[in-house]
Amino acid sequence: MTLELFLQHLTNGISLGSLYALIAIGYTMVYGILRLINFAHGDLIMVAAYIAFYGVGIFALPWYLSFFIAVLLSMTLGIITEKAAYKPLRNSPRITILISAIGVSFLLQNLGIVLFGGRPKAFQVPEIFAKVYNFGGVNIVGVTFFIPVITVILLILLVYLINFTKAGMAMRAVAKDYDTSSLMGIDVNRIISLTFGVGSALAAVGGIMWSLKFPQLIPTMGLMPGLKCFIAAVVGGIGNVTGAVVGGFLLGLGEILLVAFFPDLSGYRDAFSFILLIIILLVKPTGIMGEKIAEKV
Amino acid sequence: MFKKRIAWLLLIAFLIITLTVSGCGGNNQSAGGGKQEQQNEATGTEEDVIKIGVFEPMTGANAAGGAMEVEGIQLANELYPEVLGKKIKLVIADNKSDKVEAANAVTRLIEKEKVVAIIGSWGSSFSMAAGPIAKDNQIPVVAASATNPLVTLGNDFYFRVCFIDPFQGRVMANYVYNELGARKAAIIKEVSNDYAVGLAKFFTDTFTELTGDPNCIVANVDYQTGDQEFSAQIQTAAQAKPDVIFAPGNFTESALIIKQAREQGVNIPICGGDTWEAPEFLEIGGKAVEGAVFSTFFTSEVPITEESEKFLNEYRKKYNQEPSSVAALGYDAYLVIRAAIEKAGSADPVKVRDEIAKTKDFVGAAGIITLDENGDAVKSAVLKKVQDGKFVYQTTIEP
Repeated sequence: MTLELFLQHLTNGISLGSLYALIAIGYTMVYGILRLINFAHGDLIMVAAYIAFYGVGIFALPWYLSFFIAVLLSMTLGIITEKAAYKPLRNSPRITILISAIGVSFLLQNLGIVLFGGRPKAFQVPEIFAKVYNFGGVNIVGVTFFIPVITVILLILLVYLINFTKAGMAMRAVAKDYDTSSLMGIDVNRIISLTFGVGSALAAVGGIMWSLKFPQLIPTMGLMPGLKCFIAAVVGGIGNVTGAVVGGFLLGLGEILLVAFFPDLSGYRDAFSFILLIIILLVKPTGIMGEKIAEKV
Repeated sequence: MFKKRIAWLLLIAFLIITLTVSGCGGNNQSAGGGKQEQQNEATGTEEDVIKIGVFEPMTGANAAGGAMEVEGIQLANELYPEVLGKKIKLVIADNKSDKVEAANAVTRLIEKEKVVAIIGSWGSSFSMAAGPIAKDNQIPVVAASATNPLVTLGNDFYFRVCFIDPFQGRVMANYVYNELGARKAAIIKEVSNDYAVGLAKFFTDTFTELTGDPNCIVANVDYQTGDQEFSAQIQTAAQAKPDVIFAPGNFTESALIIKQAREQGVNIPICGGDTWEAPEFLEIGGKAVEGAVFSTFFTSEVPITEESEKFLNEYRKKYNQEPSSVAALGYDAYLVIRAAIEKAGSADPVKVRDEIAKTKDFVGAAGIITLDENGDAVKSAVLKKVQDGKFVYQTTIEP
């Protein structure tokens, strides 16, 4: 393998990895605060992508405005979902709320099929993202630059939000105990809505980036990214935002380099992700950067 | 209190929306025939109706293929709505581009809807999943565009109105050898799709024969249905320096492969098979798919039979666009079944099956249909090339 080719593979891996990371941080954040695996996260990706698609395609909005509206609407949808499907179950066993999340996921997928139709749609990629740059034999598409940058910016903002703001402090308090934080004067409902809003916004940004990189929309498109990013989040240590980024990069690079070095295994790419998940769960269930599980007494 | 009430209201509103919408969903799935059903209910009771089932991918990765085929079938149903003095009712079941769902859909059509015969499905994998069920229940099935030889092999109840992949693989291998002067080829195939695996094999066989070089396939890489990231496969294939890349697979994945290849500076010609002929291939691929060549069944530019002309005129009138090959084949599959019911003089599935098997010199929209002992049609193939964002007819190749 020439150095040039290796660099090309590496760039592709980083590009895919940062995309996984971007979606995984939303996943892990909601889990970290609410201890809820939001299986509808992947479908919010789909909804955001379709809204952005229709914004540009039908309402002829400039792409940045359309993307902004997509993020806003997905945020609203995330908050409504929480109010309707998770809040009434807040005191139920955790498995109930998990199943409710799976229900929301199916609901959104089927709603997508009815509203948007089952046939794939082509996402129009703005020129700035579609342009191809060549650096000494390595070809890079514009969107490849944006994804890691956006991932890092959002990561920094998120870490700041959680660790250095009042709302963040409230989030961490809610994560420990609903009732006690409520006694301390924290509006638990508002904090949970905020968490879902931010989580859904992250999913929306991820969804838009995903469709810029793979400009093909179908109502079930959220399924695979949802699963892969869930794996990334678990591998990195679910609940840990930085861990999700590490997990995302690991997964993306792993998938690309597996095919690069072992072309015969190219059909087993998805299997690689799931095997990685199994190994991590067996060896270090808390993930690479996972926190110690503090048992509530 | 007030907040709680709002939350309840929201929940109720949400539920209502959900219920209404999923209600609509049910209708949508059971048909574009929603209309058909109403018409039939208005004109007569169950006994006056002969049901023909259709199972096609209406949603999921292959949705465009199924939708185009159904367009052709519905057009045929509109033009020829009756047989033996009874109305023909189409019952459409969505197989969701999934092998398990394909088996479910066919079971439902046979057991619940009691159909006389079935049309489908786009995608050989789905047809192969449905085959044993149709055979056990003795219901004849006519596939419109499933090209894998195993669909009909050893199954007396499965037929098709299109050619099979050994021929298509030979056509493409000849094309790249003679027209492109290729001596080395790489293969990128959709490994979870029986159609793509079969076609890749038949292409390899003929290409090896033509070049006389057992190492003429310099790279062979796979991907899964629904994958979107192909850069590693593309680089691996390109690294082996082939003259051409043969990439049989679903239209959306194939369009993304070509797009990503061009973005990565890989400019080797890429060829494929009949599944590429879908408008989505052009939309998703954009400029990148210019020059892509593939084999398919039918061209609207050269009408083959009188039925072709009728089909083309009516199709353009109804849908206001050029028909794809699979629409014409879906149209033909319907006509073959209808003719068989007429000749059998009854709607008994086994008698209908016997008549379908005898189909000879049947004039369809996509050519003359004669079924051989396996239930396969022997037909010519056409080559099409993407030019200026359109599929342009190149040439016809006789079997």
